[in-house]
Amino acid sequence: MKNQKNNFTNIFLFIVLVTCSSLLLMFCGENHSSESNTASDAANTQKDIGIGPIKEVKLAALDEALVQKGKEIFEVKCTACHKIDKKYIGPAMAGILERRTPEWTMNMILNPEKMVKSDSIAMKLFEEYSYVPMANQSLTEEEARSILEYFRILKSSPNQ
Amino acid sequence: MKNYKTIAMIVVATSILLIIANCNQNATTTGSGALTGSAAQKVFVPPGEHDEFYAFMSGGFSGQLAVHGLPSGRLFKVVPVFSVDAEKAYGFNEETKPMLETSYGFIPWDDSHHPDLSQTNGVIDGRWCFINANNTPRIARISLKTFETEEIIELPNSAGNHSSAFVTENTEYVVAGTRFSVPVPQRDMSIDEYKGNFKGAVSFIKIHPETGRMSLEFQILMPGFNYDLAHPGRGKSHGWMFFSTYNTEEAATLLEVNASQNDKDFIAAINWKKAEEFIKAGKYKNMPTLYAHNVYDESTHSATSTMIKEVKTLDPSELPGLVYFMPTPKSPHGCDVDPSGEYIVGSGKLAAALTVHSFSKMTAAIEAKDFDSQAYGIPILSFDATLAGTVKQPGLGPLHTEFDGKGNAYTTFFISSEVVKWKLGTWEVLDRKPTYYSVGHLMIPGGNSQKPFGKYVVALNKITKDRYIPTGPEVCQSAQLYDISGDKMELLLDFPTLGEPHYAAGCPASLIEPNQTKIYKLEDNNHPYVTKSEKDAKVVRNGKDVHVYMTMIRSHFAPDNIEGIKTGDRVYFHVTNLEQDYDVPHGISMIGANTSELLIMPGQTETFVWEPKRVGVWPFYCTDFCSALHQEMQGYVRVSPPNSNIALSWTLDGEAL
Repeated sequence: MKNQKNNFTNIFLFIVLVTCSSLLLMFCGENHSSESNTASDAANTQKDIGIGPIKEVKLAALDEALVQKGKEIFEVKCTACHKIDKKYIGPAMAGILERRTPEWTMNMILNPEKMVKSDSIAMKLFEEYSYVPMANQSLTEEEARSILEYFRILKSSPNQ
Repeated sequence: MKNYKTIAMIVVATSILLIIANCNQNATTTGSGALTGSAAQKVFVPPGEHDEFYAFMSGGFSGQLAVHGLPSGRLFKVVPVFSVDAEKAYGFNEETKPMLETSYGFIPWDDSHHPDLSQTNGVIDGRWCFINANNTPRIARISLKTFETEEIIELPNSAGNHSSAFVTENTEYVVAGTRFSVPVPQRDMSIDEYKGNFKGAVSFIKIHPETGRMSLEFQILMPGFNYDLAHPGRGKSHGWMFFSTYNTEEAATLLEVNASQNDKDFIAAINWKKAEEFIKAGKYKNMPTLYAHNVYDESTHSATSTMIKEVKTLDPSELPGLVYFMPTPKSPHGCDVDPSGEYIVGSGKLAAALTVHSFSKMTAAIEAKDFDSQAYGIPILSFDATLAGTVKQPGLGPLHTEFDGKGNAYTTFFISSEVVKWKLGTWEVLDRKPTYYSVGHLMIPGGNSQKPFGKYVVALNKITKDRYIPTGPEVCQSAQLYDISGDKMELLLDFPTLGEPHYAAGCPASLIEPNQTKIYKLEDNNHPYVTKSEKDAKVVRNGKDVHVYMTMIRSHFAPDNIEGIKTGDRVYFHVTNLEQDYDVPHGISMIGANTSELLIMPGQTETFVWEPKRVGVWPFYCTDFCSALHQEMQGYVRVSPPNSNIALSWTLDGEAL
């Protein structure tokens, strides 16, 4: 703001815009709810929980049985696109939890359509991987959680 | 400041324009008057919104079932039933070939006529659609969860399976009657000896209440008339089935003259509860025969065909109380029962009036033995004894009647091309509207049940002529939608249909939509050649048979490079779609394969056979646009001469799987 005049102008513009927008909504009842990007800065990936049903995951001691279950589901539903140590149709999974939060990881599994549209990390990955959409494999939260447990044992490898 | 003002003005002006543009949709003016505008509004389903009703329309000589939405008339799916469909690989892939097996072998075509929907307590329940094959007599069951044909049963002793496939009010049976009477069992005899020697088989197919599985429970061997249409009793008349008959003259030649001699033909009233008692009491004969029973299993994604060699038959001339004839003028076609079950409407094709029989008068006449005479040992009730009333001078060529649930009936008139609304009980004509042209059957959603949804009637026309932009000598056939919610019918819409829209059934979309199968779960896939993970993909040689276990996902096949195939091999591609997301099918086709593409739903496995004839490297590709890299979804098969020693190998991205 340089001076008072400019400030008024901005307020005036703001009012005009708000009025017009409300008019549009009132008259037409159209509701173009745009999905806003609630993800934090891409640089701050360790805090990005992504967009989707998972708001918080608490990791306790490693559950070996859950790891095994997650591995089995991963092998059937995911390996057509994701290898462990090799970039393939999608990124390699080794060390994923060193790069992403557990919440982001589960949301990417459960809500890939919205993630690639609105989450800044997922948007970048979508572009990097030639816009091949991450397939929604219709997993339950429980199944996604078991895959997350499996991911906990996949440490980053030098081959990547 | 000035700049800002200009911007603000532009913003305001744009907004106003937008408001006008977006909100002006309602004020439709087409230049054809206010009525046309209001008709357009009534059939307009805004983009992204859903129709209120499903309409299941037979494809007639296409052999298929078309699924339309009402009121829009939009076509959503053609369900392949009795004819092969290369688009969906129906009858081409190894999994569905058995569906079209019959006692005569594989038949790639039929003529599908009368769809009917399953009911519970006389109300449509949205579970299954049944439809008949007219030419080589069969009944099919289509699941309304998957919109796939799940089962087809052939009917022995039947010919021109026309008075079918009508469902009793708790889906106890689907009933199917023969149009042509034939020697039963078939034998080499003179056609001149038709009279008294041919039989008309009426089949009762039992439906399993949970799975819908069909079994031919028994057949009643009726006199050698033509059995045209049928409807079940409902409510008070539940347990009875009514069939219209013509050619009671039993002519075998020039029927258009010789089968129009009798002043009255019959509506046959069959007491199927009584038939069940006779079966239970062992009053049936087991007749050796041959018919196919084909079942598609949703868990193996595969069909099997079984031949059955025996059928139980009942002879009505020896079983009193099983069948009665109600005289009905002039070759009746439609035989329609009102929602209360009291009135049976006979549409004498060549009669000047509609004849309505009363169920309670019929039972009283049976009780009082008020018979005129008998035919082949079956009592003929006196015409006046069962008559409830006649609709006088309603039109020319009555065909079919459905009901709105508000005490009104709607009948089509083929010769005078119109739909006529009349009142049950008073028999007065209330309204008539022209059709374009030559209407056959009509359909009110639920109009053939205890609970009609009397908002629309669809007229199914036989002739279209000038109604659409022309397409050469063969023009489309069509349906017309009328609003019947008011006192007078209002024509809302013409829409083209598949094949001949012979007959239709409909119900609210809300009965079907919530139960839709969206994907097949990979864990539930029990196909014998399923590949659930890329690491399990492989190629196995067994003599000259080679089995390719292949997977597909956006946007690659695994494997996509195969070597070691030889000319003279028979290569089975068993392809599993690994996607688990709604509406992500993939297709596959192979150059030179003498079959169709496969179109594989998420989690499903299908198989096509390729017999490579030429040495070379031959590509295959995905046929259904699946992603931005759909054009990259392809692969190669190397074909070597029979004596080559190239080892069998299968890879993806240069690596063995």
